[in-house]
Amino acid sequence: MAKRRGRVIFQEDRCKGCELCTTVCPVDIVKMNKSKINVKGYHPATVDEMEKCIACANCATICPDVVIKIETIEE
Amino acid sequence: MSTIFERTDGLTDKQFHYCPGCTHGVIHRLVGEVLVELGVLGKAVGVAPVGCSVLAYDYFNCDMHEAAHGRAPAVATGIKRVLPDNVVFTYQGDGDLASIGTAEIIHAAHRGEKFTTIFVNNAIYGMTGGQMAPTTLIGQKATTAPYGRDAATTGMPLRMSEMLATIDGAVFVERVTVHNVAGIRKAKKAIKKAFEVQIAGLGFGIVEILSTCPTNWGITPVESLKWLEENMLPYYPLGNFRTPEEGK
Amino acid sequence: MAKVLMKGNEAIGAAAIKAGCKFFFGYPITPQNELPEFMSRELPKIDGVFVQAESEVAAINMIYGAAGAGARTMTSSSSPGMALKQEGISYIAGAELPCVIVNISRGGPGLGGIQPSQADYFQSTRGGGNGDYRHLVYAPSTLQEAVDLTIEAFDIADYYRNPVIVLGDGMIGQMMEPVEFNEPKKRDLPAKDWATTGTEDKRRPNIINSLALDPAELEKHNIKLDNKYKAMEENEVRYEMYKTEGAELIFVAYGTTARIVKNAVDALEAEGIKAGLIRPITLWPFPNKAFNEIPTAKALVSVEMSMGQMIDDVKIANNGKLPVHFYGRTGGMIPTPEAIVEKAKEILGGGK
Repeated sequence: MAKRRGRVIFQEDRCKGCELCTTVCPVDIVKMNKSKINVKGYHPATVDEMEKCIACANCATICPDVVIKIETIEE
Repeated sequence: MSTIFERTDGLTDKQFHYCPGCTHGVIHRLVGEVLVELGVLGKAVGVAPVGCSVLAYDYFNCDMHEAAHGRAPAVATGIKRVLPDNVVFTYQGDGDLASIGTAEIIHAAHRGEKFTTIFVNNAIYGMTGGQMAPTTLIGQKATTAPYGRDAATTGMPLRMSEMLATIDGAVFVERVTVHNVAGIRKAKKAIKKAFEVQIAGLGFGIVEILSTCPTNWGITPVESLKWLEENMLPYYPLGNFRTPEEGK
Repeated sequence: MAKVLMKGNEAIGAAAIKAGCKFFFGYPITPQNELPEFMSRELPKIDGVFVQAESEVAAINMIYGAAGAGARTMTSSSSPGMALKQEGISYIAGAELPCVIVNISRGGPGLGGIQPSQADYFQSTRGGGNGDYRHLVYAPSTLQEAVDLTIEAFDIADYYRNPVIVLGDGMIGQMMEPVEFNEPKKRDLPAKDWATTGTEDKRRPNIINSLALDPAELEKHNIKLDNKYKAMEENEVRYEMYKTEGAELIFVAYGTTARIVKNAVDALEAEGIKAGLIRPITLWPFPNKAFNEIPTAKALVSVEMSMGQMIDDVKIANNGKLPVHFYGRTGGMIPTPEAIVEKAKEILGGGK
């Protein structure tokens, strides 16, 4: 069975920097982008090591502002 | 490439005004998704009274009423009685439902009004800046309980689900939480069930949802999830208190 | 159209049904109980809905919901119950919802009594709720008028998208008179495309709301509402002039009291004393223009079943032209024609 991989898409300007998404990622790849500030003045959440994403959508599930969209990539 | 998670049509595109990390937003998403998944968004009419969610009429992508503080169940009664085939819901906070609106919620259940109540319990008054609510925990600080809530002068926190479960007309009563992913998924099931109970015309349904208020709890959004787990869960046990299956 | 002998409370209920009202939300309070009782008997017969709410507060909010869903809807109560509804009425006016609210008023303040009274004049005409809002206030003095005004109130409410108050008193509610149920004047009423009947995925959501946190928005809304109220003042004032032609003394009285004053006017006429009556039928808008139609008047007397409330509006309308007197009984005591005749003689006889 091909391992399911995901792609996490952030609508960065909607993020309020609450960091909830960073606490639920089973592969610990959701981080706050300290090098960037969004239109609201927050560090938006981001994923650098996208290749590790298993498309579980935990981050999107707990996001209070529906910032995160998840796509699956079939290998 | 397929999308497995994206913004539901049940919500408008408007950004929420809620504070960072406030789980109202999660609950809005769940309700919006359920209305779409049940195919009733076009028939839905929601009622949001005074409280942090008073602006919900901008967020739910269906007809909405803004109601006076505590009176959403009465407004919803009026709507449902006029439009029995529509799907009517109220979205209320604890300051609204468990304090000024207790008569309305108890009597909506007592009459078995066929609408669904989404009851967000964050143990405080949010919109007005953190006052003590009937659901505020003992020892919990609030702007009107600066030394921490004291049962001797303010009584013990109100467990609304248990209270409403004693009323025959409340055919579906469940308390859930959104402070973690598993809880959010269970909460969505309960919300869906509550709306299905309405669509089947069985009677009044309510889902009490434990939710966070980082700003007025005075801690970070992430700490709020932990605070809820350690403080609210023990006093407000999760679970189903009434469901129609028992009746069948 | 055959006349039917009916009790006031029931006649008003029947009038509402005649006007197409199929949703009634009420709560028990003397002296209007026969109205919700009537509706609980009659509405089910026409697939209507009667709900006894847990309180008058809940009842008026059920009205808010039903009206917002596009229905013709009514509630009734009495004085203390009306006090509980005031916040709801303010919301209904702010959200521009049509409905009819009947007050069969009783003596006050507080629990007061259950006999007839007109001490809710201020509550009705100034509004007991918060904010700049107004609503038409009809004051019937006969059961036929109560029926006609109730039927028309539903059209007025829909036309202006505003609550309408029908203000009776214990006597109007409890006595029996023959009445008939006629069609109201034809008005082209706007469609209720603002109602929350569900988008059916075909339109943008309708929102029933009175909240506007942006002050500029709220002011704009208030100006819009005020334009409606100006239109009501322009088009909806009603009053009756009774024997005011050539009268020296003009009584001002409404509702039940106006009937008693007419007897006094007739009695004075028999004694060669020229008195007349201005009878406001709309308490708001108050019939100011009637006070420009009494050239021979030398004095005004406001006669009320209260300690004097309408007298304020009489003074405003009079604008200092004539001396304004007052005669009233309250607490449920009813003024007698004889006492009113006495008061007239006292004033005309160079009294105070």
